[in-house]
Amino acid sequence: MTRALGWLATLGLIGGLVMGFGVAPREVTQGNVQRIMYLHVPTAWVAYLAFGIVFFASIGYLWTRSDAADRLARASAEAGVIFTGVTITAGSIWGKPTWGTWWTWDARLTSAAIMFVMYLGYLLLRGIIEEPEQAARYSAVLGIVAALDVPLVHFSVYWWRTLHQPPTVMKPGPVNMPPAILAALLVNVVAFTLLYTYFVVKRVNTLRREHEVLA
Amino acid sequence: MNRNAKFIAGGGVIAAALAYMIYAGVTQSAVYFITPSELRAAPVSGKAYRLGGIVVPGSVQWNPASLELAFTLSDGRGSVPVRHRGTPPDLFGEGRGAVVEGNWSREGHFTASLIMAKHSEDYKAPRGTSGAGYQDLIRTLEKDGSSR
Repeated sequence: MTRALGWLATLGLIGGLVMGFGVAPREVTQGNVQRIMYLHVPTAWVAYLAFGIVFFASIGYLWTRSDAADRLARASAEAGVIFTGVTITAGSIWGKPTWGTWWTWDARLTSAAIMFVMYLGYLLLRGIIEEPEQAARYSAVLGIVAALDVPLVHFSVYWWRTLHQPPTVMKPGPVNMPPAILAALLVNVVAFTLLYTYFVVKRVNTLRREHEVLA
Repeated sequence: MNRNAKFIAGGGVIAAALAYMIYAGVTQSAVYFITPSELRAAPVSGKAYRLGGIVVPGSVQWNPASLELAFTLSDGRGSVPVRHRGTPPDLFGEGRGAVVEGNWSREGHFTASLIMAKHSEDYKAPRGTSGAGYQDLIRTLEKDGSSR
């Protein structure tokens, strides 16, 4: 089952590469550098998803004290940090040729950087506390608090003046994007979501086995 | 270093980074840039500003030999002449958004040390080619290679 998910994600990523480089046309204004979007946007979406799952799993843990919820929160946070790192890196590489700068402290970039550091802190907190029950409890609280930044990242482009443009797809109203570019983007979104799911399932299984061996 | 000391050191670095980012975020990002009419309302010469607006069509003067760039930024209510030395980013152009960092000079223009192009959320495909992405990509790569 997990293996099938892994292969599905692999197929999706291959499909995403074919769509991104082969099918989608070269964007008129930006040129080929726009293709970074097929990595930047899906990983950003997965980061939102991952931290959303940390949020709900943390609430679930505090509610039920179930180890499974705690393991899900941890696995999802780990994946989320990786995907946030990829988003920021890809965005920075895109920003240099298009904006003219690798980095700027506008509200979108700042809130995204805070999100990255907060979940790094979350993972650190998990590592720092030796007693497992206590670690789960404290990190669940942080997992809920840190999630407040996630909508801030998404809506920052509406709430403040930013250099970063507002979203094209994840918003109400029509999408001003050619169908081939949108299709390539959506295939990559599905592929990276599958990859995230695979990572989390795999990690949760490892954590469970670790727990069984130690118990 | 033992395990705990490492975590405490790491935690300290992360807490400091977070505190700095929140500080920088609150003081700078809340008003990331001011608009030309806001600058016109209270210009202070020598003060560092980040100024954002639309590059007025027909205002861009570019001297590739001396790398001198002059243009006007407008927000519809006010406009500010901007001067810069250096190459602008690829997306910089007339009728598009730009954010510049620099200061207001005594001579009545904005001296920019950094030009940033603001990108819109709209994407366009080249007309007539809906599918030939790969050939198109190879072609542009070849073209880019030979022109340099």
